[in-house]
Amino acid sequence: MTTKSIGEPIARVEDARLVTGQGRYADDLMPGALEMAVLRSPHAHARIVDIDLEAVLDLPGVHAVYTYDDLTGPMAEPLPLLIPHPTLTHGRTQYALAKDEVNYVGEAIAVVVADDRYIAEDAVGRILVSYEFLPPVVGIDKARAAEHLVHDDVPGNVAARMEQGFGDAAGAIAKAPHKLVLDIEVERSAATPMEGRGTVARWDRDLGRMSVWSSTQTSTGVRAAIASKLGLDLGQVDLVTPDVGGGFGVKIVHPWPEELLVPFAARALGRPVKFIEDRREHFISSAHERGQQQHIEVGFDEDGRVLGVDFRFWHDHGAYTPYGLIVPIITSTQFLGPYKIPNYHVVFESLYTNTVIVTPYRGAGRPQAVYAMERMLDAIAAHLGIDRTLVRERNFIQPDEFPYAHGEMSFQDGRPLVYDSGNYPELMAKAKALVGWEDFERFRDEARAEGRKVGIGIACYVEGTGVGPYEGGHVTIETSGKVKVSTGLTTQGQGHQTAFAQIVADELGARFEDVEVVTGDTRRSPYSVGTFASRAAVMSGSAIALAARKAKEKALRLAAQALEVDESDLEINDGVVSVKGAPGTSIDLGTLAVLSNPLRYAFDEASKAATQFVVGDPGKPPVPEGEEPGLEGKDFYSPMRSTFASGIHAVIVETDPDTAEIEILKYAVVHDCGTLINPRIVEGQIHGGVAQGVGGALYERMEYDESGQLLNASFMDFLIPYVTEIPKKIDIDHQVTPSPLNPLGIKGAGEAGVIPTAAAFASAIEDAEGITITSMPISPSQLFDLRLQAAADGTTNQEGTN
Amino acid sequence: MKPAPFGYRRPGSLAEALTAYADASDAKIGAGGQSLIPLLSMRLASVAELIDINGIEELSRITVSEDGVRFGATVRHSDLLAHEQVAAVQPMIPAALHHVAHATIRNRGTTVGSIVHADASGEMPTVFALLDGRLTVQSVRGTRELAAPELFIGPLETSLAADEIATEVFLPALAPRHGVAFDEIARRHGDYALVGVGAVVGLDADGAIASVRAGYVSVSEVPTVVDLGEPLVGHRGEITDDALRAAGELALSHLEPEADIHATAHYRAQLVRVLTGRVVRAAYDDAVARSNRSEGTPSNARS
Repeated sequence: MTTKSIGEPIARVEDARLVTGQGRYADDLMPGALEMAVLRSPHAHARIVDIDLEAVLDLPGVHAVYTYDDLTGPMAEPLPLLIPHPTLTHGRTQYALAKDEVNYVGEAIAVVVADDRYIAEDAVGRILVSYEFLPPVVGIDKARAAEHLVHDDVPGNVAARMEQGFGDAAGAIAKAPHKLVLDIEVERSAATPMEGRGTVARWDRDLGRMSVWSSTQTSTGVRAAIASKLGLDLGQVDLVTPDVGGGFGVKIVHPWPEELLVPFAARALGRPVKFIEDRREHFISSAHERGQQQHIEVGFDEDGRVLGVDFRFWHDHGAYTPYGLIVPIITSTQFLGPYKIPNYHVVFESLYTNTVIVTPYRGAGRPQAVYAMERMLDAIAAHLGIDRTLVRERNFIQPDEFPYAHGEMSFQDGRPLVYDSGNYPELMAKAKALVGWEDFERFRDEARAEGRKVGIGIACYVEGTGVGPYEGGHVTIETSGKVKVSTGLTTQGQGHQTAFAQIVADELGARFEDVEVVTGDTRRSPYSVGTFASRAAVMSGSAIALAARKAKEKALRLAAQALEVDESDLEINDGVVSVKGAPGTSIDLGTLAVLSNPLRYAFDEASKAATQFVVGDPGKPPVPEGEEPGLEGKDFYSPMRSTFASGIHAVIVETDPDTAEIEILKYAVVHDCGTLINPRIVEGQIHGGVAQGVGGALYERMEYDESGQLLNASFMDFLIPYVTEIPKKIDIDHQVTPSPLNPLGIKGAGEAGVIPTAAAFASAIEDAEGITITSMPISPSQLFDLRLQAAADGTTNQEGTN
Repeated sequence: MKPAPFGYRRPGSLAEALTAYADASDAKIGAGGQSLIPLLSMRLASVAELIDINGIEELSRITVSEDGVRFGATVRHSDLLAHEQVAAVQPMIPAALHHVAHATIRNRGTTVGSIVHADASGEMPTVFALLDGRLTVQSVRGTRELAAPELFIGPLETSLAADEIATEVFLPALAPRHGVAFDEIARRHGDYALVGVGAVVGLDADGAIASVRAGYVSVSEVPTVVDLGEPLVGHRGEITDDALRAAGELALSHLEPEADIHATAHYRAQLVRVLTGRVVRAAYDDAVARSNRSEGTPSNARS
């Protein structure tokens, strides 16, 4: 009997290669390619009066300089608005190269293609642009005030105003025995993957083919964009994702200007061309996220049960909206979390500012949503003087209430917001046990006796994962017995080669070691969506499972003929099909692959066994009717709606009474992503997510000045936590409530670690300090200021309310 | 992030380097490259010629004597940290070096280079000033020695002439009955300090405080040393909180904490107060411990 592979903490097969420097990233490809550098706007808002290229044209080693004037046809049109939600009434996108106006520091104005990046940068430095300055709109306050406009034709700087809800929130709040109002905010951050963006293209003039390698989260999306913009047939463009050094959302946006300009230049020049983004460019031209101002009005009863919520927020969308309203829509829907809110009204405005575009970054609007909801519940607990966990428990959706529909709300995919499964009370019980919630007051007393300040915080979340529309899987068994698997979505470090191989090993009955997985290669999988929204395991995992089942059916059919037994008497273990109870009567998958493909030509011993002289029933065609040559299975998975993962984070912090430094004493995560394919990979996702969450809670912010200059566009000043800043240990407990929506019961796990982190820290710091926390992230300097302010106002609560 | 074109020269002897530097216009000396190379790569600075002194054997030496520690211009921070006798002669050196960036940067960056970079948010310029170090600079015109007051003339600015190369630094040994401590608070481990403080406390023969000097990082335009003796001299046993508070206020009167994106000015001032207290107390404890050790085993004192 084959050991079951799903559920085992198998070590990632890709790691040995990646950690020993054997990875092949975009910049490792095509040495000798011409290199592209980009002239980026140094101004946040300006009209381009003139671009003088004179000093560049005769520079040795320069092959081409392009500005907007060199773009024709679809390339001269604005970049696509990828997700045209109907309420995005004033969607705007930039041009591949700025036309007439720039709207953020970093917007691409011109590109130079040269022998190498050094020369290309020399040339960029020689381009002279004359600007007419326009007043920059920086920050949500300025955008709301709308004294100046980012886009002349967008009144009030409002890209979209969206309103949803159910019940009668206003009425419920008005009638509620208790009412609270909160005004809170979350600052900007960014994904900042270790590898920035990168694209390499080669145009084969003889074959009329464009080969592109891009560090992207969607191979098919970039391919379609290139074909459309360059006027090529889709079949002429191949897009391959090499190893990708992290994405975290920023690489799902496409096409980036450079993803079009590189193949554009490669075709024009007849030479391979490469663009590799550097770190400074990444800060000022790749997407940011998170910035929101939130206003919450809530009515509740004496027990802390929420009766109605009115949630208004203002979302800083940056200069353009290529990725539509995904981030604010997720905030507006996932605010509801694991709670039964009987009356809900939400309205948001997506606002233009003269800053880098805002698109999903791991969590994608959920960290803000959870922050809003959990700040609100903490405020209710403080107001009523009851335990924070009790308030949450009293509002939980109960295990027997699934599937649970939140009124008529629709989710980010336009589908009804219906939770498929979960058990939130049990999650809470596990979280309290894991963090030691009940023992904390004793610990606080002990610490206080030593002059120390400690606090505990908790935050719950529900995460819609595995969003559609579909993914595909293709499983091919080669004559060697090796199993080749392809799925179109991309990999940027998740361990897909391991997790998907585990699924195929189990479903097919192959040996794990024999399964090889390829992702994000349009030559193998031309139909695909991409890797985002914690969807890879749910979508491609399910598709691959279905494809493996089809391959297994065919293998059993062929084996039944070959062994002259009934299919139902057969089983497949370790790549060998055998008769149940008679292991001697068997045939391996490789041999079945030979038999599945009747050959005219024998080129080796294996193929001799498969020529038409040997294989098949002489009374039938060599390939029987209804069959296809080859031993393979192909299928797609397209779900009715998203599946909803859930979890709770709890953190204990200590704040230094003198320096206001914030130390993490304990971090606990209870997590439910349905069936675990590989617990080790899930825990790795949680570790990485919590690390980014700590960044978002305590360190990372985008420091724009009034003129729209990003003051901390480097890893020296944009503070990603080092390993020394994240918890030495993260306590993790899993809960498994399988999803009824897909064949394996999987829910997504990729983003969970980052979602409730800022909310949990806000709760813990507030608990330690007795000072209301209304803005995250928070630095020691800011906490020190809050202390001074509280002391001056006399608003410090001496006792934390657990 | 690629530098503009520049010339590169790697002399094999100091004489060759001095001549090349004197003859060049717009040249820079490169050793560890931890500041200059990023500036060049980000095109925030440019040079006509980079003179790489890593090939000059005599600049890589560390000499430890009873008098102190002498090290050449290509000695890495990590070389000093790894040297067995440095800590015994001048414990402030490793105490501060542990706070200099991260291991990978300490493996490349040079201590002399850090000192002459004259960044008041670097640890080693302050240590140089606090310990009354002496810098040797050479040119084709001759050799001279500089102490901190003559060396640091402005933010990131030294009194080195255009043809002078910093060749070595001497940091005197810790005197008997003295103790040291260094601490800093940074946003992340290894970042530039929001505030850093190093202190040297001297005791008299009776064990009372005879002198207290503290050097400050990131709260002044040039590396600044403050004599904190006034509120502290004469103390024995546990130093009172009041005395340490007074020392903190005294220090602040010599410093100019400023706001940046990581901290407000008054938060930095608070850190000056807190760290002054912590570091002076630790340096005093260190002085007491060293005095006790040397009195307990006089024959072994600084062998």
